[in-house]
This record gives sequence, structure tokens and C-alpha cells, in this order.
Amino acid sequence: MDELQALAHGFAVALSFKNLALMLVGIVLGVIIGVLPGLGGANGVAILLPLTFSMAQSPGGTTSAIILLSCIYWGALFGGAITSILFNIPGEPWSVATTFDGYPLAQQGRAGNALTAAFTSSFVGALVAVIVITFLSPVVAKFALEFGPPEFFAVYLLTFCAFVGMSKEPPFKTLASMMLGFALAAVGTDPVTGALRLTFGTEKLLNGFDFLVAVIGLFGIGEILLTLEEGLEFKGARARINLRVVLDTWKELPRYWLTSLRASAVGCFMGIVPGGATPASFMSYGVARRFSPNGERFGTGQLEGVVAPETAAHAAGTSALLPMLTLGVPGSPTAAVLLGGLLIWGLQPGPLLFVEQKDFVWGLIASMYLGNIAGLVVVLTCVPAFAAILRIPFSVIAPVIVVICAIGSYTVHNSIFDVWMMVVFGVAGYAFKKLAYPLAPLVLAIVLGDRAEASFRQAMLVSQGDLTVFFENGLVGTMTGLALALLFWPLAAWALGRMRSR
Amino acid sequence: MRLGARWAEDGPQAGYFPFYIALLVCISAAVNFAMALTNRADAGRDFVEREKLRLVAAVLVPAAIYVGAIGWTGIYVASAVFIAFFMRWLGKYAWWKVAAVSVGTMVAFFLIFEMWFKVPLPKGPLEELLGLG
Repeated sequence: MDELQALAHGFAVALSFKNLALMLVGIVLGVIIGVLPGLGGANGVAILLPLTFSMAQSPGGTTSAIILLSCIYWGALFGGAITSILFNIPGEPWSVATTFDGYPLAQQGRAGNALTAAFTSSFVGALVAVIVITFLSPVVAKFALEFGPPEFFAVYLLTFCAFVGMSKEPPFKTLASMMLGFALAAVGTDPVTGALRLTFGTEKLLNGFDFLVAVIGLFGIGEILLTLEEGLEFKGARARINLRVVLDTWKELPRYWLTSLRASAVGCFMGIVPGGATPASFMSYGVARRFSPNGERFGTGQLEGVVAPETAAHAAGTSALLPMLTLGVPGSPTAAVLLGGLLIWGLQPGPLLFVEQKDFVWGLIASMYLGNIAGLVVVLTCVPAFAAILRIPFSVIAPVIVVICAIGSYTVHNSIFDVWMMVVFGVAGYAFKKLAYPLAPLVLAIVLGDRAEASFRQAMLVSQGDLTVFFENGLVGTMTGLALALLFWPLAAWALGRMRSR
Repeated sequence: MRLGARWAEDGPQAGYFPFYIALLVCISAAVNFAMALTNRADAGRDFVEREKLRLVAAVLVPAAIYVGAIGWTGIYVASAVFIAFFMRWLGKYAWWKVAAVSVGTMVAFFLIFEMWFKVPLPKGPLEELLGLG
């Protein structure tokens, strides 16, 4: 039981007064970010990342910094549910499925029950995922210590192919968005030879595009523009949660244990295989509707229909950190931003982290337990306060968010050119959303593009340009094969559908 | 093509990936275009309605001017003016409310970024005048 001992040590790290305070600050900030339109987990963490630069330099500071940022993420995961249920506006993409049953419940005057169910099941999903991380990640990390360039490339390939195979958007749209991400990642210096590529002779593009700026623009500005189309007012149900409503809901929730078990499984799977929280919540909602005894009444305000997507979204969002920590491959855009943070603080994500930075890793894992408990308490007690944020008129909140985004992208490199890039990415994000192109593959491709290419070319250098190196041994062969299977899955599904309809 | 987009002795050259990525973008764009043409469900639906586009432009144009202004007035002044403009023009608030929110927000940001987290943001003539730059 090495893990339990390490975890106990992690709790000792996380339980300092400073870290607990940061945890609380992170959760509250995260919920606010989750409630506000245009600010979400990914860009909220990206904007606040530069603030941790000085914090991370003190001894033990990186642990505090990651605790702050990851708690913002948990908070945002909780916060998305508030707007979905009360206002029928998903504050985050992963809470879209929560609106299906959450908003009808609120209209029936059962908003308190819906919110309690959402928060509680979020907590359950996160808890399952953290337990999975606690026991699975050391194993994966140990395993990954043996990885060479071909294995790492196979992991990247699996990540990218999983997006094409599992996203709910048409596969070619996913592919197009991902390839644009790769193209953006390729701008600047070639990682292997140092040759300049796609800079078109301007100095400003020498360093390439920073994905933090892209994330802030795509998700932040793009979202603001999209929200503007809906008009300037939010109308929503009132929320009142008192102890009686909470206890009543908790009495009802154990009935759905099977649903939450299934949802947790779906969520953990989708988080580790980089599907992310959004598809996980949809998939879990679909699964629950099919298997539940009163599945046909879903969409009319069933608590079960809130439990299923929320559990899965949290499980996926949390377990997305597992591949990020152990392999250095993030499972979601927000995990990608956290990964960027690790790199900036001078930590190398990947299997060695578990050997060299025990305090950091286990402190983080312990903080996941504590952060989610704190999150549950905070959201249950403060819902009215958070809902009040949405009553601030949009003409006040929109320019403030634009300013926050501008400051965030400026502080990444202290360059005004980045702020311009943010505006450009914002317009692009708006167009992408309008045309139903997924954004997550683009972001992950920008983050991982250079590293995937580097590992591919290193593998080629070793094998003298022989492609069979990717099928050389059982491990790498399985991963490559699985990746190719996922890549061609939409094609196979389409062909099967054709055959069946004949 | 100057970078060498071919497969050399020891694997791909620097231009190999960008070339094929560009090719894949073109292919998927073509497929998506073909799909959009054959998909009749979306036919006749506009990308944005004129009225909505006006709203979007109402944010985008000031935002672009705002970013341009950061360069010479510093971020604090530009942001305050941007927020004030928005509240007055779209929100039609009383001037005292406009001033309170825009200046108050920027003072709060100044305290958070410069004092608490020690992150310097771009400053302009006004900050120098106040001896803060």
C-alpha cells in the first residue's frame, strides 16, 4: 500500500494553512468563472496562470500554485451547473446536458433539488475519479518510465485519433480543426533542426503562437461574441437552498446509485482517453436515458437526468489529469493549460514527476480530495450569491470580461502583439462555434503538435526512417493499432449503418 | 518548398509535416464543403442575422480600438474608457454609475496585479503623471 502512504504524505503537504486558504480562494474564483459567460475552466486558468509565476518560485510554491489553479478548475466544474439549471444557459460546454432536465426542474420550482442533486453527483463523480487517479497513476507512471520516442508518439497518435473517433461533431470537421491547430503549432522554430517555418519573414512569429493566448481568445472572446447574439439580458429562476431541501434530495439520491456508477465509469473512461468532459456528459445522459426504468420521461425534469451528466462531467474533468500527470498528455483543454503551467514553473510533466516531485504530485492529489469537499460545501451554501452574479447586466460584465481577457493574454509574455492575437483568435472562435467546428482538438493540437512531431522525428532518427518502428513491439503496436482503429471508426460506423439500412 | 518537404534518409525534413498538414486541411475543407452543399437541412439558414451581426460588431469594433489604444495610453486608462463606453452606449447608465464602475474596476485591478501579484502591466502617460509607472 505504497499509494496510501504517499497519499498520507500528500495530505500533510496540502493541509498547511496557506494551501487550504488558496484552495478556498481557488474554489470561489472558479465558481465565479464558471458562472460568468465567456470565462470558463480553460481560459480562466489560463488568465490566472501568469499570477502564479512569482508564487511558484518560493520553496514548495509550485504545489501551492497547482492547488490554486486546479481548485479553480473544480470550482468551474461546479459553477457550470448553476447557470444551466437556473438560467438554461450552460456556463460551460460540459453542462449543456444538465440543462435538459435541470431547467425543467427549476421551472417546476424544484431548482433547489436540482442544484443539490447536481452538486452532490458532481462530487461523487470527482471522488471516484480521484480514487482512480490515486491508485492508477503510479502504475501508469511506472509503466511509462520505459517509454521511448515511438511509444510517446503512439500515445499522442492515440490522443488525436480518439478525438476524431469519439467526438460528436462530424469527423472531418474535427480533423480540419485539429490540422489547423497543428499548423499553428508548427509556426516558429522547428523542434528538431531549429529551422524557421511558416513565419513569413516576420520576427513576431519567431516564437510561434502561445496556446494560452489562443485559449483565452477562442473560449473567452468567442464566447462573449456568441452570448451577445442572445441579447443583453438573462432571465432565470430564483434559487433557494435550505437544509431541508438538501436533506430531502440526499434521501432521494441513493435510488440512482446505478446511474451514478455507470456515469462515473463513462466519465473516467472518457477523461483518461482524451474525450473530455463535454462528450462524457452527453454520452452518460444518453446511456442513462436508455437504461433507466423511466428513461422516456427524461427531459421533463427528472433528477436522474441531472445526476447522470453531472457525475460524468466531473469524473471526466478530474480524471483528465491522470494522463496529464503521468504521460504529459492532457485529456482536456483545461488539463492542457495546467500542463502549460507545469512547464512554465520548470516541472517536466510525465512519468519522472512521480519519482522526482513526490511532494508536488501527492500534494496535488490530496488537494483534489480536499478541494472537492470544500467545493461541495461552498456551492451548497452560496448558490444565491453566485446566481446574483448573473443578474449583473451584460453591458457591464461583457467589457469587464474583455478587459480581463486582454490583461490575461498580455501577461503571458508581456507583449501587446499577443493581445491582438487574442482578438483574432476570438473572431476565429466565434466562427468555429457558429459553424459547429469543435475547439478542443484545435487547442490540444497547438499544445501537443510540436512535441508529437519531435517524438515522431526522434523515433525516425533512431529507426533510420523506418515506419515499422511503430509496430516493433507489442506495446507500441497495440497503441498504434488502437489509434488507427479509432481514426477509422466513424468510417466503419457509417458503412455499418449503410449496410443495416439496406 | 525551401525547407525540404520530403522524406530524407533519416526521416522527415522540417517542411514535411507542415506540407501534409496543409494538404489535410485542404482535403477536410473540401469534404466539409461538399457535405454542407448536400446537407439540405441547413439550406436557407443565414450565418448570422443582420441585427445580431450589428450587436457582435458593436463589441468587436470597440474591442479592436481598445487593443490599439493599450499601446499608447497604457492598459488601465484604455480599459476604463472601454468599460465606460460600453456601459454608457449599450447599457445607458447614468454617468456617475459609469464612472464608478469603470474607475473602480481599474483601481481594483491595479491593486491586484501591481501590488499583490507584482505583475507589471503596460502603463501610459497618466500613470507617469501620478508617479506610479
